Amino acid sequence: MLSSQNFVDQLTDKGFNFFTGVPCSLLSGLISCLEKTPDVPYIPAVREDAAVGLCAGAYMAGSLPVLLMQNSGLGYCLNAFTSLNLIYKIPTLVIMSWRGCGGNDAPEHIIMGKINEDLLKAAGMDYAVITPENHRDVLERAVRKINEELPFTLLVKKGIFDERH
Amino acid sequence: MKGTEAFQELIPLLKDQPVVHANGYICRESFQLQDREANFYMIGLMGLASSIGLGVALCRPDKKVIIFDGDGNVLMSMGTLAMIAATAPKNLVHIVFDNQVYESTGSQRSLSGSVPLEEVARSSGYPVALKVSKKEEVKPAFEKLMNGDGPGFLLIKVDPVFDPKTGRVTHTPEEIKTRFMNALGRREEGSRN
Repeated sequence: MLSSQNFVDQLTDKGFNFFTGVPCSLLSGLISCLEKTPDVPYIPAVREDAAVGLCAGAYMAGSLPVLLMQNSGLGYCLNAFTSLNLIYKIPTLVIMSWRGCGGNDAPEHIIMGKINEDLLKAAGMDYAVITPENHRDVLERAVRKINEELPFTLLVKKGIFDERH
Repeated sequence: MKGTEAFQELIPLLKDQPVVHANGYICRESFQLQDREANFYMIGLMGLASSIGLGVALCRPDKKVIIFDGDGNVLMSMGTLAMIAATAPKNLVHIVFDNQVYESTGSQRSLSGSVPLEEVARSSGYPVALKVSKKEEVKPAFEKLMNGDGPGFLLIKVDPVFDPKTGRVTHTPEEIKTRFMNALGRREEGSRN
C-alpha cells in the first residue's frame, strides 16, 4: 500500500499545485491529505466535467492541475476530454479510482469497471494502472505526457492508497 | 435589445482582461465584432465556460476575469454557480446573454423564460447579481461589476435575432489556447490580492 501523504508530497514536488475533484472512498486518503496541504488548493467540484473545465482554466493561468475522481464520472468527462483537453492540447493529471475492477464490486460499478480502460483507449487518453511498485515510474510518465501538453490518467485500484473514511 | 447590440455595448469597454466565451453564438458574435488575443473561445463543450473561467480567476487573482456565458450553458451547469459562489473569487465577472433559446441550433426553447437565472446566482451566493434588458443599462451595470468585488453576475436579456451568416471562429483550438495564454502572461510575484 502507498502512503497518501507520501504520494501527495511527490505530486507537489513535481510542481502540481492545483487540485480539484469529486470524491471516491478509494481516494479519500489523498483528498484528506490535500485538504491539509498549505498553499495548495483542493476545490470540491460539483461534477467531474466541471472539474475538467476548472483544471483547464487553472492550466492556462499558469498552474499545474490534478483532477481526482471515481471512474463513474468518466462518462460525464468524455466530451470535455475530447473537445477540450485533446483538441486544445490542455494537460491535466487525472487520478481516477477504478471501481468495478475485475467485476467484484457493487452492481452500479460493474459495467464501467469493465469498459473503463476501453473508453480511455477509444478516446485516445493515455493512462497507466498505478501500483506500489511502479508509482514513481508512472508518475514520471505522466509528467512527460503533461510536458507534451496532453492529459494523463492514473487508474487506482482498491487498496493502493490508505483510505480515511 | 438584440444580442449584437449587447456585445457592441460591452466590447469597447474591455481592456486587456481575459474573456472566456461559451460556445455557439457567444463565440461567433464576439469574434466577428472584435477578435482579441485575450479571448478564449470554447468552440464546443457546452456548459463549461463558467468552470474554465473560474479556474483562470482562482489562479490569477491579479487579473479581472470575465465569462461571456449563455442561458443554455448556465442551465446545463447550474452547479458551477455553486462552485463560483463557494470559492468567491473577487476578480470574476460572469455575464450571461439570455435569449431564452438555443439559437445556434435553430432557436429551440430553453428554460430561462421560466427560471430567473439572476435569482439563481443570488441564491447560490454571488454577492452581486444584476439583470438588465435595455441597451442603455448594459454599460453602467458592467462598470459596477468591474469596479466592485465579485464574483459578480450580470444577466442581459436579449432578443433571439442572431444572424446565421455570422462567421465561425477561424483559429484552431491550439491557436486559441496559445494566444490566450500569451495574453494572460505570468503572474508577477507578490501580486496576490
